[in-house]
Amino acid sequence: MSNGNSKGLTTAVLRINGQDRPVIFPTHHTLLEVLREECELTGTKHGCELGECGACAVLVDGQPVFSCLQLAAELKGHSIETVEGLQENNELHPLQATFADFGAAQCGYCTPGILMVAKALLERNPDPSEEEIREALSGNLCRCTGYNRIVQSVRWAAAISRGDEWRPPEEEFFGSPVEGE
Amino acid sequence: MARAIKSPSDEVVAEKSRYRLIGTPFRRVDGRAKVTGDTRFADDLRFPRMVYVKLVRSTVPHAKIKHIDFSAAESMTGVIDTLVGKDLPDPFGILPVSEDEHALAIDTVRFVGDPVAAVAALTEDVAHAAALAVQVEYEELPTISSFNEALKIPEPRIHEYGDEGNLHKKVSLQFGDIAEGFESADLVLEDTVYYEGNTHLAIEQHAAVAVPEGEDRVTVYSSTQTPHYVHRALTKVLDLEPSRIRVVSCSNGGGFGGKSDPFNHEMVVAKLALRLGRPAKITLSREEVFYCHRGRHPVLMHLRTGFRKDGSMTAQHLRTALDGGAFGSYGVASTYYTGALQTTTYQLPNYWFEGARAFTNKPPCGPKRGHGTPQPRFALEIHLDKAAKELGIDPAELRLNNLQPENSVTANWLKMGTIGLDQCIEAVCKGSRWKERYGKLPEGKGLGLACGSYLCGAGLPIYWNHMPQSGVQIKLDRSGCVAVFCGEAEIGQGSDSVLAVIVAEVLGIDLADIRLCVGDTDLTPVDLGSYSSRVTMMVGHAALQAAERARDTIAKAVAEHLQVPAEGLVFADRRVFTASDPEIGMSFSEAVVVAEALFGTLGTTGSYTPPRAPGRYRGAGVGPSPTYSYSAAVVEVEVDPETGVYDVNHVWIGHDIGTAINPVLALGQVEGSVYMGLGEAMMEEQVFRRLPKRLSSALVHKMPSLLEYKSPGFHDMPEITTYLIETDDERAPMGAKEVGQGPLLPIMPAVANAIFDAVGVRVDQVPIHPELVLKGLQEKAKGRLPRVGPGRFPDVDYGEPLVVPKQLCAQHPVVNWLAVDRD
Repeated sequence: MSNGNSKGLTTAVLRINGQDRPVIFPTHHTLLEVLREECELTGTKHGCELGECGACAVLVDGQPVFSCLQLAAELKGHSIETVEGLQENNELHPLQATFADFGAAQCGYCTPGILMVAKALLERNPDPSEEEIREALSGNLCRCTGYNRIVQSVRWAAAISRGDEWRPPEEEFFGSPVEGE
Repeated sequence: MARAIKSPSDEVVAEKSRYRLIGTPFRRVDGRAKVTGDTRFADDLRFPRMVYVKLVRSTVPHAKIKHIDFSAAESMTGVIDTLVGKDLPDPFGILPVSEDEHALAIDTVRFVGDPVAAVAALTEDVAHAAALAVQVEYEELPTISSFNEALKIPEPRIHEYGDEGNLHKKVSLQFGDIAEGFESADLVLEDTVYYEGNTHLAIEQHAAVAVPEGEDRVTVYSSTQTPHYVHRALTKVLDLEPSRIRVVSCSNGGGFGGKSDPFNHEMVVAKLALRLGRPAKITLSREEVFYCHRGRHPVLMHLRTGFRKDGSMTAQHLRTALDGGAFGSYGVASTYYTGALQTTTYQLPNYWFEGARAFTNKPPCGPKRGHGTPQPRFALEIHLDKAAKELGIDPAELRLNNLQPENSVTANWLKMGTIGLDQCIEAVCKGSRWKERYGKLPEGKGLGLACGSYLCGAGLPIYWNHMPQSGVQIKLDRSGCVAVFCGEAEIGQGSDSVLAVIVAEVLGIDLADIRLCVGDTDLTPVDLGSYSSRVTMMVGHAALQAAERARDTIAKAVAEHLQVPAEGLVFADRRVFTASDPEIGMSFSEAVVVAEALFGTLGTTGSYTPPRAPGRYRGAGVGPSPTYSYSAAVVEVEVDPETGVYDVNHVWIGHDIGTAINPVLALGQVEGSVYMGLGEAMMEEQVFRRLPKRLSSALVHKMPSLLEYKSPGFHDMPEITTYLIETDDERAPMGAKEVGQGPLLPIMPAVANAIFDAVGVRVDQVPIHPELVLKGLQEKAKGRLPRVGPGRFPDVDYGEPLVVPKQLCAQHPVVNWLAVDRD
């Protein structure tokens, strides 16, 4: 086999978070590697590099893609969105705000991938049901939260984006009151 | 928009909290960075001239290394250096009694995945290709795959130390009068129970970067839960003075105990960085993370308990058999922990614990969330369910009637603090309508109850010393910024937020006024790390003391400046003012200016050492804690009687947390524990298989990938109802106990008990795969005992028991299991 150093290089202009960016990278490198190494966008994470955990999810033309399975060389002319593009200037996206406030990010390692998949969901469905959120995120693993807070945070962010007053119930901030007290 | 909540309705906050910040949901201090991608995990670091490192790992489970051929690897363009075991000859290990690991195997490999050599190259691609090109010639040795095989095959030994043959550790401890206890029983129950091994599966793969600073100085950035222990191990392996090594714990992308050992890869990059004079980085692949392991020990248990008719226990004899894997790791402590916390929930006057850990040719087991206690807790809680059935007592009543009293001392000499277990049980029973529904649901549906209890920090450090277990320094100056320094490691559990909010609460300032510097062995005072649920207790105490000292210094200066008594000053709303007239006072930063002018440069320290435990016997060092957390859970299941497939529909869990410092984060810890417990109960297992003879007969991990190692996903989580029970323990800072590990403990037995309620089948092992439930249903249909689980417990010679008298002599020295085991 090749020693990995002699493989060809690709030069491409990638459109990342709304900006065109010329990049030179080894042709066999995945979008994950190019984002993290050539572009220094280390917000996108990896947990397996085999398409199993979803930590590396980014959006390509608005659709969730596991960047560890996607060759960067195939993405000329496509629009790539990463977690770094989620906030507007220094203002958090509603998904980021609810995730940070409602305990949907504990260690935060799976968070960027989940945020991007959730963003794609909300763009095609501004008022998703709990089941629809679980379905959309079912390709992402989280080891800390137990998932339910992520689902509620997505609902909350959707509500905020719609201008709706809904937010998770009080007992999910303080714990449930013991009955009869 | 900046944030979704500042806090829920102000009235609710005022009603629920005695504190200004504590008890109120707030955004964790690292929350913003975690959702923007700004958090720097170890693999996100990059330095100029950095080389990339890969390990060559053993492909055979047990062998002598005959020869390593680097020629193909070294001929590759971009390969810079290679390393073998003799380059780092000194052994290391987390416990001083089992320093049995080498950075790279010296002569012998002990499991598939054991590191043999390392390659450094200009790019990760080249390093990877070069590592694959290294040829290692082995002379294979017989392999041991289980505890029973270790028992039967004492030679050849996997290690040249240990209690006997391939048994690493044997323990036998008797408390009280066992014979008398069993004689006075009306019912004696016996159970043999098996708990399969499983792993942490943190989504972040371990990574480390070493940066040289001159000839004999190095900084190691690592995804570690225990920077202080890594520092100690590096000192030994690199043969450098501690002052020449700096370890920085990067935010961990999940830990759960899996990043609390010092690891081979940390030693290797540090050595290469020093040798090459350039930064060296390694990031493990997911497969390699499975080989690092240190996860849940597979444990076979035998439990024999005497009960009176009223359900109280008269005596218990517990035997455990741990499959430890290839190295010591925390295993001596794990062995003791399979017995130590059996006494903290229910009164047990006479108790005999026997435990043994075997070496096997598999990745080393160690501490995973609950460390050594989920296995015997599973056995105990299903055992109690059976006793309740036999005695005709409701399982909740049986537990409530026999609770260990607060402030008592257990049979094995553990000192209890507050115990909110009664409130936990009552809360989950009310929530689940236990009385109306338990035993009365239609066939296929069932409820199960179980409890648990956990440490709030291990009473003794890993290595014997008289120094504090946690330290905090505070620096204040005229800017009004309060810098807080502490060696703690943020692993996602929220330790940074606990540290910051305690200081902010005491000084009456905002979280934004605080700058943290944590987990840095050069810059921060020692904290032992994020393990044993010790951070809130120990870092919290140290932070409280340092903050109170800062507050008192400032108060003295302000009192003198304003000519008012210092005792009457209030620190709140970023001001310092008199209680009698809030108008008389000044801003916090003005107060710091006044104090800096009066006393000069300002700084305070705080530290914490747990109280001495009453136990004075060999082995008494495992189990003591300043206080204990308590949990109870009711699980509702629905079983398909045709297939054995079952769903968990709802979990009600009550957790005695003492005080919830940040309820949202606390609830997250409870829910995360429930999730992980359901994974262990229903599907997770770290299991191995032998390859067929034509493929070397090697003992390999059955599924070292995130896809094949089944863990619960978004669709698998039930509704969780959580009750935070506050018992405000005076032994804890702000009354706050642990919440990171305890709530996992009741989940697995509650699932097993619920399945029994649903279909009358007893599954005495985890994970409870549907085919086991189905097997039980088939047995039931044939009129046989509807029980699925392990058969006979092996004959283990645990040695002469150490009989611990009921009255201990106070002048006996404190006995540390580490110190004593050396003799």
